[in-house]
Amino acid sequence: MNVQEIVKRCEDLYEDLRFGAVKSWKAAHPGGKAIGYMPIYVPREIIHAAGMLPVGIFGGGDQLEVIQGDAYYQSYICRIPRSTIELGLTGRLDCLDGMLFPSICDVIRNLSGMWQIMFKDKYVKYFDVPQNYDDGIGGSFYIHEMQQLREDLGRLAGKPVTDEALRASIAVYNENRKAVQAMYDLRAAKPWQVPTSELYLLLRAGLVLPPEEHTPLVRAYVEAAAAEERPMRDNARVVLTGAFCEQPPLSLIKSIELSGCYIVEDDFMLVMRWLLDEVPVTGDPLEELSKAFLHRSASTSSKYDEKKEDKGMFLLKQVRDNGGEGVVFAAPSFCDPALLERPMLQGVLAKHKVPYTAFKYAENTGQMAPIREQSGTFADSIKLWNAA
Amino acid sequence: MSTPIQITPGTRGVKKPAPVQKEDAMWLQKELLNANYADLSAARANNRKVSATFVPGNLNELLMCFDFARSLPETNALQNGMRKKSGKMIMDAERDGHSEDVCTYVKADLGMMLQGEVGPNGEPLPTPDVLLLSYTGCFTFMKWFELIRQKYNCETVMLHVPYQGDGNITKAMRDYVVKQLKEKVIPTLERVSGVKFDIDRLRQYMRESAKAEEDLVWTLQSAKHRPSPIDGYFGAVYYIGPIFTAFRGTPEATHYYATLRSEIEQRIREGKGPVTPDGEHPGEKYRLVVEGPPNWTSFREFWKMFYDEGAVVVASTYSKVGGVYDFGFRHDPEHPLESLAEYCMGCYTNLNFSQRIDMICKYMDEYQADGLLINSIKSCNSFSAGQLLILREVEKRTGKPAAFIESDLVDPRYFSAANIKNRLESYFQMVKQKRAASGAAAH
Repeated sequence: MNVQEIVKRCEDLYEDLRFGAVKSWKAAHPGGKAIGYMPIYVPREIIHAAGMLPVGIFGGGDQLEVIQGDAYYQSYICRIPRSTIELGLTGRLDCLDGMLFPSICDVIRNLSGMWQIMFKDKYVKYFDVPQNYDDGIGGSFYIHEMQQLREDLGRLAGKPVTDEALRASIAVYNENRKAVQAMYDLRAAKPWQVPTSELYLLLRAGLVLPPEEHTPLVRAYVEAAAAEERPMRDNARVVLTGAFCEQPPLSLIKSIELSGCYIVEDDFMLVMRWLLDEVPVTGDPLEELSKAFLHRSASTSSKYDEKKEDKGMFLLKQVRDNGGEGVVFAAPSFCDPALLERPMLQGVLAKHKVPYTAFKYAENTGQMAPIREQSGTFADSIKLWNAA
Repeated sequence: MSTPIQITPGTRGVKKPAPVQKEDAMWLQKELLNANYADLSAARANNRKVSATFVPGNLNELLMCFDFARSLPETNALQNGMRKKSGKMIMDAERDGHSEDVCTYVKADLGMMLQGEVGPNGEPLPTPDVLLLSYTGCFTFMKWFELIRQKYNCETVMLHVPYQGDGNITKAMRDYVVKQLKEKVIPTLERVSGVKFDIDRLRQYMRESAKAEEDLVWTLQSAKHRPSPIDGYFGAVYYIGPIFTAFRGTPEATHYYATLRSEIEQRIREGKGPVTPDGEHPGEKYRLVVEGPPNWTSFREFWKMFYDEGAVVVASTYSKVGGVYDFGFRHDPEHPLESLAEYCMGCYTNLNFSQRIDMICKYMDEYQADGLLINSIKSCNSFSAGQLLILREVEKRTGKPAAFIESDLVDPRYFSAANIKNRLESYFQMVKQKRAASGAAAH
């Protein structure tokens, strides 16, 4: 497939709010179950090892009209829970046999309890992750959480999830992470070859496709995109941060790019890059997943920084490793973690003389002109600054 | 049993509020809280180390083992809200780069720092030596102390308290908290304070806590009487003050709750209702359960909207935010660390939705309430996200009317008195009609 065909396929998956890909997978796997998960991170290896399809539910985007969902939330709550409820109440998530709500913020935490009440026939779990990073303390707790999930899913599948199955799934996701990282590496090296609007769609496809299908698709895209002849522009290289949960509309990403920015690093769908290197496929699989989480995982605002000096270092490294010239803080309105974190990160960037700009969005933001203007001005100022 | 006093005179030209009426226990409570601020202000002069920690899941008994003077940032924000100081603090924090969308307790605290760290008592507050991040029932706590750490550069120790997602406390959850206490929290507090941990000292404080908890529960449950001798929301915020803050585990708190209890016993004997800031309650017409924190910037005006209509709050969830004691939990000196862990995990905002709904329905039944009122707070997603489902579920299960109002903790821009008053009046009408309809049906 060429780039356009791959991107078209991913776009179709992205726009399909009826989750046809999940239904197709279930039809091809009689008795197979699909488990939804919300941002930021769940160990998808465990779902996969249970013979199930992990399905990322990242809100309803800008194409979903939220009617019933709004009746559950006040105006000052972000949009992702209301569009997720809309998806549930309109039967779009009927293809899911369960939902996982990771520990990310109070809104998603409370949504787990709402889901338990509203969708009583489904498996629902609030998935806690440790904020203590010692193997013997946070690690023990986290292994227990994963073990609980493993047993629950084993019961749902009708057979226990074995260590062998877990190791095999870890290997599958190691490959997936490698492929995704290769796509990011190519974008950082030649951002004109990998527009973020395309990379984003490739990531979104990974939320609904099984990894065995997603990994080759990403690899095919990387190969095809590298070979494509695309003009290099004199754009500013920016790192986009804050969009780890409620997603910006695709048109917003396109607007940033059109305004003169190359996005060279981001925090969209961190679940695909949360673990920063290979998880060993030998040893106790849950212990290995735990160690990877505790010691070799991404940083984001829902995760505690143990030391003051750690604050912002991950973002700074993203900037430096990818030749970033500035940072765009793009956070959903009313997103407590992102918005509370922002001043601290801005302080670190200012100290290191990295320019930044900030704006808010909602998943259904429609007016792009102000954002385009702001990011365009930011790109211009970077160019002028660097030239000076 | 109640004593009128004149509150601090207002600005020239502004109409003076009427003298505030308070129960004697309320005055005692005020003395206690003032004493704690005095203690904090004098900490440096007295060569004492200072800790800061949050109300839900606070480990006051443990902190006392290390002789810390103890600050609670939510209480500072709340007190500044009641003294009408928080509005400017919030705007200062917003001018300093903090989003208008986020928690106003945090911004009031940061704004107070920007204004020179002068506490609600008008005296400078010392910079904490340690931030004990008891991460219970609220994600914002984590960011709050990270923000303060960036400014103060002081040591922070995290106590991650797992959420009761499945509606129970498992052994793994308890072990996780206990391990953190043993291997992280206690060693850090020892190092910062220079005081060696003595578990028997902790046990003694916990014995004291349990006594006060017993009297607090008795007080809150006195609202089952008709008429209720207390207001279980507006009045209860005074009652929970000492036990939710720097006094749980002290003889002063035990004395306070014993005094409070005898005062309430007297009111029951006399068949009296609650004391309001305007004197005796005009007579109980409506009995309500309230979910959500109060607004602090217009606290008195807000309360008046209730008692003017003859409404008494007989039970509230907010009065359980620093510990749920009325379902049996007591600090247990025989198992001190395990008990602290259970305390942290059992605070109201650490309960899952089914538990919260069950609790409200139980209150509606046991306190013979006419309805539920939800005060939805813009700042507090931990409370607020999903409250509209709580409203529906409680109405469905109890058949009693529920209403929804919106305000904020300490941001005066989000308290619209006219809107709230209108809604409350309509709600009381609805309760009245519903009551009349059910009375007619009974005949």
